[in-house]
Amino acid sequence: MRSSRTGLGLLGLLLVAAVFEVLPRAGLVNRDYLPPASEMAGKLAELLGDSAFWTATGQTLRGWGAGLAVAMVAGVAAGAVIGSVPVLREFTASTIEFLRPIPSVALIPLVVLIYGSRPESALVLVVYAALWQVLVQVLYGVADVDPVARDTARSYGFSKLSIARNILLPTALPYILTGFRLAAAVALILEITAELVIGVPGLGQLIGVAQSSGAVPRTYALVIVVGLIGVFVNSLARMLERRLLHWHPSVRREVPA
Amino acid sequence: MIRRIVAAVALPVVLIALWWLLTANSTSYFWPPLADILKVLPDTWFGERARTDIAPSIARLLIGYLCALVIGVAAGVAIGISPVLRALTEPSLEFFRAIPPPVLVPVIALFAGYTGSLSKVITIALGCLWPILLNTVEGVRGVDEVLLDTARSYRLPRHSVILPAAGPQIAAGARQALSIAVILMVISELFGASNGIGASVVQFQRSFAVPQMWTGIIVLGLLGVLLSLIFRVAEHRALAWYRGWRDAERASR
Amino acid sequence: MSVLEVAGLAKTYQRNRKPLEAIRELTFTVDAGQLVCVVGPSGAGKTTLLRCIAGLLEPTSGEVRLNGEKVTGPPRGMAVVFQEYGRSLFPWMTVRQNVERPLIEKRLSKPDRRAAVDEALSAVGLLDSHDAHPWQLSGGMQQRVAIARAIAYQPSVLVMDEPFAAVDAQTRAELEDLVRSIWQRLNVTIVFVTHDIDEAVYLGQRVLVLSNRPTVVLEDVTVDLPAERDQISTRSHARFAELRAHVYRLVQQAKKGLRETSPTL
Repeated sequence: MRSSRTGLGLLGLLLVAAVFEVLPRAGLVNRDYLPPASEMAGKLAELLGDSAFWTATGQTLRGWGAGLAVAMVAGVAAGAVIGSVPVLREFTASTIEFLRPIPSVALIPLVVLIYGSRPESALVLVVYAALWQVLVQVLYGVADVDPVARDTARSYGFSKLSIARNILLPTALPYILTGFRLAAAVALILEITAELVIGVPGLGQLIGVAQSSGAVPRTYALVIVVGLIGVFVNSLARMLERRLLHWHPSVRREVPA
Repeated sequence: MIRRIVAAVALPVVLIALWWLLTANSTSYFWPPLADILKVLPDTWFGERARTDIAPSIARLLIGYLCALVIGVAAGVAIGISPVLRALTEPSLEFFRAIPPPVLVPVIALFAGYTGSLSKVITIALGCLWPILLNTVEGVRGVDEVLLDTARSYRLPRHSVILPAAGPQIAAGARQALSIAVILMVISELFGASNGIGASVVQFQRSFAVPQMWTGIIVLGLLGVLLSLIFRVAEHRALAWYRGWRDAERASR
Repeated sequence: MSVLEVAGLAKTYQRNRKPLEAIRELTFTVDAGQLVCVVGPSGAGKTTLLRCIAGLLEPTSGEVRLNGEKVTGPPRGMAVVFQEYGRSLFPWMTVRQNVERPLIEKRLSKPDRRAAVDEALSAVGLLDSHDAHPWQLSGGMQQRVAIARAIAYQPSVLVMDEPFAAVDAQTRAELEDLVRSIWQRLNVTIVFVTHDIDEAVYLGQRVLVLSNRPTVVLEDVTVDLPAERDQISTRSHARFAELRAHVYRLVQQAKKGLRETSPTL
C-alpha cells in the first residue's frame, strides 16, 4: 500500500516533468520563456559544478539560519515572559494583533535606505516576519498549560525555573515546534525575497541576474533548487517535530493562527 | 469593560507616543519626526494617489486572490476525494508549495513582462494557489466518514457536505494565502511597475523623499491590518458553528 | 407483503490481498410495518449487513430488494440512524436544518417541509430545541435529532445501527420506548441492529440471531410478547425471561462457532 503510494507520487512528478518537456517542444509555449524540462535538468547539473552557485547557496542558508535563530530565541523568550504574566498578556494582545499582519515587505524601502544590499537587510526582514509565527505559537502553548499542574507544582514549592522546565516547557514544546516549522518556511521566503529584490547576495540574487541577462534555463534551474531547499526545510522541521514529540500522547493539531 | 479598552489601547498609545517623542527633534536622515510623516500622509495618499495607485494595487490583489480561491478550492476538492489522484499529485504539490512565491515574479515576467497588471495578477494568484489547494485537500480528506455515509444514505450531493465540513481547514489556507497575496502585491510592484502602492514607495525611496517613504510603509501596514481584520470578521461569521462545535468537543473530553 | 428482501447475501472483503469472508449467506424478509431486531456476537458482520441493506456497500453476491426493487446504491425509501450520533449530524446546521436538509433534496414544498419537520421534532420531544445546534445538545438528544431526521424522511424502511450503544442506561431506556411509540404511531418498518440481547427482545417482534463470521442466520426468533411494552412490567414478564435466555444461549453458542440450529420454541 505504502509502496504503491510512493510509486504514484513519483509517477506524478514524472508527469509534471513530461508536461514541461512537451509544452515547449510542441510549440504550445514559447521556448524562450519555458525551456523543455530536459534543458532545465541539464542546467541544474551544470550548476552543481559551479562554485558561484555553491557560494550563493551557502549565503542563502546562512542568512536563513541566522534570521531564524534570532527569531526563535527572541520569540520563545518574549512568548514565555508575556504568556506567563497575565497583565502583560492583556496589555500586549492588541499590539501583537496589530503588528502581526503588517507585511514585512513594507520594510524593504527602509532597510534599503539603511543597509543597502548588505545581509543585514535580509536579516531584519527575516527576523520581523518569522518572529510573529514563533511568538504567537508560544503564547498559545503557554496558555495551554494546565493550571492545576502549575498550582500543584507551586504548592510543592517548585522554584520558578523548575516550573518552567518541568511544566511550561513540555506543554509548550509542541507549539514551539509548530512555530519553528511555520517560521522556517516564512524565513526562507523573506531571505529569498531580500536577495531577489534588494540584491543581498544569495540564490535569489542569482535568479534575478540570470533572468535579467536572458539565461532562461538557468533561471528555472535556480528556481527548482530554491523549491528543493523549501521541501528540505519543511521535511527538516517535520522530522524535528516527530523526533522531539515521540513521547507526546497526542499529536497536536495546529492551532489556526 | 473599561479595563479591557484601556488594556487594548494603552500599549499602542505608549508606542506611538514614544515614536513621536524620540523622533521629535530628530535630524537623522532615516528617522524623520513622526509629526512630519503624518503631516505629509494625507496629501501623499488621499489625493490623486488613492485612485492611481491604491485602487489598482487592491484591485490586482483581490482579483488574484479570488482566482486562487476558486481554482484552489475546486481542484482541492477534486484531489481530496480521490485517493489515487491524491497519491499522484501530493509530491508535486508539496514541491510547488515549497517554492518561495517571490521567485514567481521574475519567472512570470518572462512571459508577461514586469509592467502590466496581468503579470501581477497571475503572480498573486499562483502564489496564493498552493496553500489554499493543499489545505483544501487536507480538509476534504479529513471529512468524517459517518458524515459522508449520512449524506449518501439521504442522497445528498457530496459537495454539499464536503465543502462546509472542510470549511475550517479551507479558511486556514485562505488566511495563509492572504498574507502571501499582500507580499506578492508589494513585490510585484517593486520591479519597475508604473503604478501601485509598492511602486510609489520605491519611487519615494529612490528620490530620497524619506517622510513620504514612511507614509508608504504606514499605508502598507494599515492595508495588511485592514485585510486581516475583514478576513477575521468574515471567518468569524462563517465558522461560528465550528468554534461552538470545537469547544463542545473539548469540554466533553 | 414483504418490504425488504435479503436473498443469498454474501460479502467477502479483500484485506492485504487476502480474502476475508464477512458474510457467507443471509436470507430473510421483513414485512411492512414490522420491527425486526438483529443481534449477534461482536464481529458477526452486523454492520456489514446493515451497510449492504442501506446501499452503502456492494455485496459480493446475492441481493437486497426494497419494495421489489434491487438495491444498487442508497435507495430513496430508506433512512439510516447511525451509532455515532455526534458524527452523523451536520454540525454547521441547526437541529431544524438537519432534519429539513434531506427533504429539500426530496423536493418537498416549503410548507410541507415545515409541517414534516415540526411533526418529527415533536414526536421525539425536541420542538423547543429546533434552533439549537446539535453540539449544544446532550448525546441522547442528539440521537433524537437523528431519529427525527429519519422519520421526517418518511422511509418505507428505517434502519438503525446500534443507535443507543453510546448513550447512558437511563437515556437508553427512554430512547427504546421512543422507538416503540414512533413505530406504533407512524407505522414504519424498522430494522434495528444491536449487540444488546435485552434490547433486541424488548423492542422487536422478531429477533434475527446471527452466527459468528462468516455470518449466516442462526435463528429467526418470534417475540410473542404483548404489543404494549413497558420497561418494568415487560422486562419482569416470565416470557421475556425465557426469550432472553434463549437468545442469550444462541449468542453464546454462536460465539463458540455454532452455525445451524433446528427451530425450537
